[in-house]
Parts: sequence; C-alpha cells; structure tokens
Amino acid sequence: MNDQSTNWEPKIIAFLCNWCSYAGADLAGVSRFQYPSNIRIVRVPCSGRVSENMIMSALKSGADGILVSGCHPGDCHYISGNYFARRRFALLSNLLDFIGIEPGRVSFSWVSASEGEQFAEVVQSVTEKVKALGPASRLVKKIDALETALQVA
Amino acid sequence: MPTINETVSEEIRAQARKLLEEGTVAAVIGYAAGSLPMTVKPLVVRSPEDCRKLIWNTFCVLNLANYLPATLKSVEPPRGPRDPKPEGPLPKVAICATGCWSRNIVVQIQEHQVARDRVVVMGVGSRGMVSKRKVQALFDGREILAVEEGDHELVIQGADFSETINRWSVVRDNCQTCTHPDPVLVDVRIGEPVSERKNPNPFMQVDALEQKSGDERWAWFTEEFSTCIRCYACRNACPLCYCPTCFVDDAKPQWVGKSLDAVDTGLFHILRAYHCAGRCTDCGTCETVCPKGINMRMLTKKLNKDVLDLYGIEAGMQPDAPLPLTTYTMDDPQKFMVAEPSAVKEGK
Repeated sequence: MNDQSTNWEPKIIAFLCNWCSYAGADLAGVSRFQYPSNIRIVRVPCSGRVSENMIMSALKSGADGILVSGCHPGDCHYISGNYFARRRFALLSNLLDFIGIEPGRVSFSWVSASEGEQFAEVVQSVTEKVKALGPASRLVKKIDALETALQVA
Repeated sequence: MPTINETVSEEIRAQARKLLEEGTVAAVIGYAAGSLPMTVKPLVVRSPEDCRKLIWNTFCVLNLANYLPATLKSVEPPRGPRDPKPEGPLPKVAICATGCWSRNIVVQIQEHQVARDRVVVMGVGSRGMVSKRKVQALFDGREILAVEEGDHELVIQGADFSETINRWSVVRDNCQTCTHPDPVLVDVRIGEPVSERKNPNPFMQVDALEQKSGDERWAWFTEEFSTCIRCYACRNACPLCYCPTCFVDDAKPQWVGKSLDAVDTGLFHILRAYHCAGRCTDCGTCETVCPKGINMRMLTKKLNKDVLDLYGIEAGMQPDAPLPLTTYTMDDPQKFMVAEPSAVKEGK
C-alpha cells in the first residue's frame, strides 16, 4: 500500500480544541519540539464541537488521517464538553471499525496546554500509524471522472 | 374461534370508539387494511364512526410513533407562530403501540417532541410482525392474491395455488431477536401481555459480522449499500428523524453529496445510523420500507450493542432517564483513545 517510490506523505486533519490541544501545539512549536509536518490543524472551540459530520467530511475529501484532540477529562474549559465528546467518539470509532475503516485512520487523544512534548509525540505516533496504513481509499470520494471531464472541456 | 389478532382488532375498535365518544382523545392512530395483500396503511381516526376501519394483523410493520408529533400538532387549535399557547389542556391523541413503538414514544418524550400527558398509549403485546419480503421470496415469481392469517400459520393464496406456511419462519429478523415485545408504556391495555422471547443473543447478526476481518467487513459494507437509490424512505419512516432540516439536505456546508456515488450513499447511511445512536429501538421500519431491501439495520443494531455494552442503556426504557449521549460519567470507557506516549513509556 505504502508507495515509497513517490515519497507519499499523508495529509492528516487535526481538530484541536482551542483551550488545551491547540495551546499544546503552540507550546510544542515555541519549545521547538520536532514533529511531522503532515498535520493540518483546524481550531475548534471544544472537542465537543467536533461533529461526526466534520470527521466524515474530512475523510470524504481525501484526508489520509484524522486526529481529534481536546482537554483531558476534568479539564474542559466548558466543564463537560469533552465528556460528551468522549461518548460520541467511542461510538463513532467503533462504528467506523465495524464498517471496515482501518483502525488508526481516525484517532482521538487528550492533550493539555502544558503538554507540548506529548503533543509532538501524539502527532508522531498518529503519523506513523497513518503512514503504515498508506493512502486512504475507503470513503474517499473520487472526482477523477469530473477532473477529466473538466480538462476535456 | 377468532384468532388472537382478530380479538385484538375488536378490542382496538372498541377502545378507540370509547375514547373518542368520551372525548378523552381527539384522534386515534392505528391501521386500516391496505389495498394489496400483506399491507396495511396507517390511519388517524377522528370520529367514533370511523373506528370500524381500524384493524390489527401480523403485517403492521410501519412504526406509528412516526405520526405522533404531527397528529398532536394537528389536533391543537390553529394558531400563528407568535400567538400564545391556548389556555387549558390541549387535546390528547391515542396511539396503538407495541414494545418498540412504545419505546420510541418514550424517546420522543425524553426529547420533548411529545408531552406525556397528551398521549394515551393503547399497548399491544407484539407477537412479531411478518416480513412481506420474506413471504414473497418463498413464492418467487408467483403472484400472491390473498393471505389468510391464523395464530401460528399463514395461508398464502394465488390464482392457482394455496399453501400453508409457518408464521414464525417469515417473521422479521428484528422481531425474532426482540427483547421487549411488550409495551413499556401502557395507558389502555389491549389483549394479553406477551411473554419475553427466549433469545440466546439479540445481537447475533452483528456478532457474526464482527468476527470477520476489516477487509471483509468493508466488502460487506460496500456491497450492502451499493444498491441504495437515496429515496430516504428509511429516514422518512423513522420516528427518530424529525429535524426540520436533515443533514443530507444541508447545502452549506454540504456534508453529504446528493449523488448516487458509493461514497455519498455510504456516508448517508453511516451518519443516519449514527444520529440514531442511543435512540434506536430496533423497530425495523427502516429496513422494511427500503425498496431495495438494504440491511441498514445492522448499523443501528451495532450502535445499540455498543451503547448497551459501554453505558448499560437501552433506548426508551425509562422516560425520566436522560438519553445516553446527553449525559456522561467521569469514568466512561476510553480505550479507543490514542494511548498517551509518556504513559506508555512509564508503563514499560
């Protein structure tokens, strides 16, 4: 699957909560911890804001991996957003596994604002997992036909 | 000697007539005979004279709870969007409900779609409803003109044949593995309560699929949903789907494309099932109404299984309890999360 010859690099969409994980990512940068540049960060107010629609939409649009990260349980800026998110993500990740989406394609983690180093480690491990899986093909909407049609036109 | 369902039909007619004549309710939701064999149509009765149209048989497969919020609205005195609520109690509606439908009504109460004090539940114990598709599969290519129903057998008649088949053998899959056939919410009891069925495992089919490898499951998923024509019958027949704008109709952002592309139909079914997580009572209506016979109940059943395993909740069993996804506990399982690398290191 992993096409080394073309130097394929995965694109990973990271939904980071504004209060913890985004600040954690910021800290990782300020502290100059190295981590793979494969992630594209989307800042969200809370991990509870991340709906299944966003995750599936990212997959559909060709993301090779998804990372959703929020505050540790008990640390949510909005008191309980991540607790609700945890229940929803547990069901979603089981459902995706059930229909045959490779485990590791969609990951969830808790990273606090003070955990710059941990953020770098999480990104490292998620990127490695996605690289091992290779480019996403399941639930990715192919628009080749459309592109060809446009080129002809 | 009348069959069990004939007795139930008689009782439904008598009770509906009584409730309407007394003025306890303004309308009764039940079934009328359909125009084809093995079909029934939902009927809202508003006058005692029309009660004679009500029937009950083994083909009552559409979930009546789906019609409850709209019927409740229809019996309210007309008023504009900004007019105040009329004083005094609003008219009530009676509804025939089996185990799963009564649980749907409980979910509607939990979600504030229906007020408990405006509903009169006519509880009927379900003996399992027959799948028209299963019967037709037995008589491949032969036209069925009439079906006579006994307690345990069905007499299928066509132009040149008449055969007796076992009723239970053609009962829908979800009814066969049903765990709560008797209504959980009863105001007026119709017929005798039915006993719990002996179910070795209600999640048999889901378990079988889980045993397979990821690639096999993906192959199953793509194959199963490849015939979908996006008619949205599954959504429209579902009592849980009442959003004024469904996510599939959203244009900005457009979460799911409107084409028949395999990814678009797949996403529609994943998200539709996911929106029913913790709310679905496995009434099987989505599967029954599907013109292509897609087994989309597997997805909701899988979610039901997880909700029960992880949070110990079955949808619609307690009107006062919160829905599983609107509550949480401090120590919900989180095995699915990425293990914290530092913690792993310490563990080593």
